[in-house]
Amino acid sequence: MLILTIGAVFASLLFDRRRTWAGIRRGLGMFLGILPDLLVVLIAAAALLALTPESVMVRLLGKGSSLAGIAAAAIIGSIALVPGFIAFPLAAVLHRNGVSLDVIAVFITTLMMVGIVTLPIERKYFGWKIALYRNGLSFAGALAVGLLMGLFL
Amino acid sequence: MRISTTNVVKYAIAVIFVAGVILSRRFGFAPGIAAGRGSRDFLLEMATFLPLMFVLVGLFDVWLPRKLIEKHVGSGAGIRGSVWVILLAMLQAGPLYGAFPVAHLLWKKGCSTRNIFIYLGAFATMKVPMLTFEIGFLGLRFSLLRTFITLPVFIAIAVVMEAVLRSKGLVVLDPADERKE
Repeated sequence: MLILTIGAVFASLLFDRRRTWAGIRRGLGMFLGILPDLLVVLIAAAALLALTPESVMVRLLGKGSSLAGIAAAAIIGSIALVPGFIAFPLAAVLHRNGVSLDVIAVFITTLMMVGIVTLPIERKYFGWKIALYRNGLSFAGALAVGLLMGLFL
Repeated sequence: MRISTTNVVKYAIAVIFVAGVILSRRFGFAPGIAAGRGSRDFLLEMATFLPLMFVLVGLFDVWLPRKLIEKHVGSGAGIRGSVWVILLAMLQAGPLYGAFPVAHLLWKKGCSTRNIFIYLGAFATMKVPMLTFEIGFLGLRFSLLRTFITLPVFIAIAVVMEAVLRSKGLVVLDPADERKE
């Protein structure tokens, strides 16, 4: 990603310096536009995750496959915001502690596709209605993914 | 640049949080220390991907002609257009909120509603850097199965979103513009 960006900036500079700076300024302007919301959301999400120990997660998700476990996974996954490099190790730990793979699939899919804490950010781009629609459909979709995974695993 | 009062409040929350973490470390307040350690990972993820992502978006904005995007991923582009946005999404990295500015750019340049939501779905679930992580921790079988089950699901979501928005049309704003107005 870093290499790609540096490469793009250099290639762009070769062609047109003024246009390059205009592009970079526009990009960073967009970044500053969303930064304050991001900071608040990230802090809230991180604090929430840090204060929830893994044992609590295992208890909520349950050992083995169950509809209650899938429902809990969908709700927790939708609310939580967890970076990928924390989410997958966490999922592996949950699996080692007896949480079944279809429950984990629902947890991961909702984590990736549904973002309740990031709704304030999403609605700034799409508006409330579309953001809610997308998240609602993704929630249902994640449940479908989990059920199908259950059939195959 | 004009800074609105709500943004001042938001930055103030961040500063108070950092101050709280520092005090927690000084006086050994365990929950505060845990929250600080957790947020470091989150902020790191944001700080490593997002500025780069936005610079790329800005560059693409000034260089990519609208006609090109419209032709390849617009409403007349068919399945090939969807394949393009999925490939674009797979090559990227970072959290889903990093895809929203790209969605804004795609929309601005004439990408179809369906392909914008296919892009978001693929970005959320099929990024290659993320898949390597998933394979490492949950195994190849699980990751492939999940990917191939999720693919038709997010395409279906995109088709539904397109149907929902058929009459009104989709608008993807840039929050930075909203602030200027």
